[in-house]
Amino acid sequence: MSDHIPQVAHQFEDATQQYETATLGMWAFLITEIMFFGGLFAGFFVYILAHAQAFAEGSRHLDLTLGTINTVVLLGSSLTMALAVRSAQEGNRNGQMLFLVLTILLGLAFLGIKGVEYAHKFEQHLVPGPQFRLEGPHAQSAQLFFSFYFAMTGVHALHMVIGVGLLAWLLVNAWRGRYTPAYFTPVEVCGLYWHFVDVVWIFLFPTLYLVARHA
Amino acid sequence: MTHPTVPLRLYVGIFVGLILLTGLTVGIAFFDLGGGRLHAVNAIAAITIAITKALLVVLYFMHIRYSNRLTWVFAGAGVFWLLILIVLTLADYLSRGWLPLPRPWSS
Repeated sequence: MSDHIPQVAHQFEDATQQYETATLGMWAFLITEIMFFGGLFAGFFVYILAHAQAFAEGSRHLDLTLGTINTVVLLGSSLTMALAVRSAQEGNRNGQMLFLVLTILLGLAFLGIKGVEYAHKFEQHLVPGPQFRLEGPHAQSAQLFFSFYFAMTGVHALHMVIGVGLLAWLLVNAWRGRYTPAYFTPVEVCGLYWHFVDVVWIFLFPTLYLVARHA
Repeated sequence: MTHPTVPLRLYVGIFVGLILLTGLTVGIAFFDLGGGRLHAVNAIAAITIAITKALLVVLYFMHIRYSNRLTWVFAGAGVFWLLILIVLTLADYLSRGWLPLPRPWSS
């Protein structure tokens, strides 16, 4: 026992071993998430090859401006998350709380903009189902594109909601002063999750909004 | 212990890089770079930029650059399995039609 940090569970030699175990476990979870989203991407690639024109048509109906703004918002939230971890590591409680709040706000902004985009799709009858209306020869296959769009962005948004919940939990604990330079493992691990959700969007954005546009 | 504190400047630099790459990928989407019916060059450019952005996030924001070898192996395994999933699937679907269809056996 080299140190006596109360948060270190008895099965670990020290805080470092606990930290490395926790981050490794988080990576193991993130690998399953890579497979989960990877299956959706693989399915999308197969269908875009079969219905190139219809997917391009569907992609042109997405709001590129809002999509780009959302990308910037999410990248910004990743920066504030990284700075929250950094503040925790430096023992800066106020900085940690400030950056956690900023990350939560940017995450909520992303979800709000996504909600506006979804609302537009409902108004334009671009949601797959009996209400779906699209002129032209590709209407049937374009519905497939929107099925992928709603499934992929919907699952991503669900991850964001869970992420905001985790950040709120971190914020309460940070306010209570639970995290110190010797122990900030939960902040780091939740940060890994948040950045992963950002990485998923980094691939979702060009796949849905850009690649499909020209195909 | 854990990873070293990453300089603030580096984090902000990574963020600026990510924003610039976002601008670049949106910008080139307005030009047809060629590559036939599927606009392959546009697709490859967009995917390349996305991989670059993802690498920046994973290496610096997710601290993989400062992590131990075992974490490298885990993250690498995830990417490797993803490549198996995507590459083997597309190797089938992209190559269909390259060879003439075999005729059915005649009795």
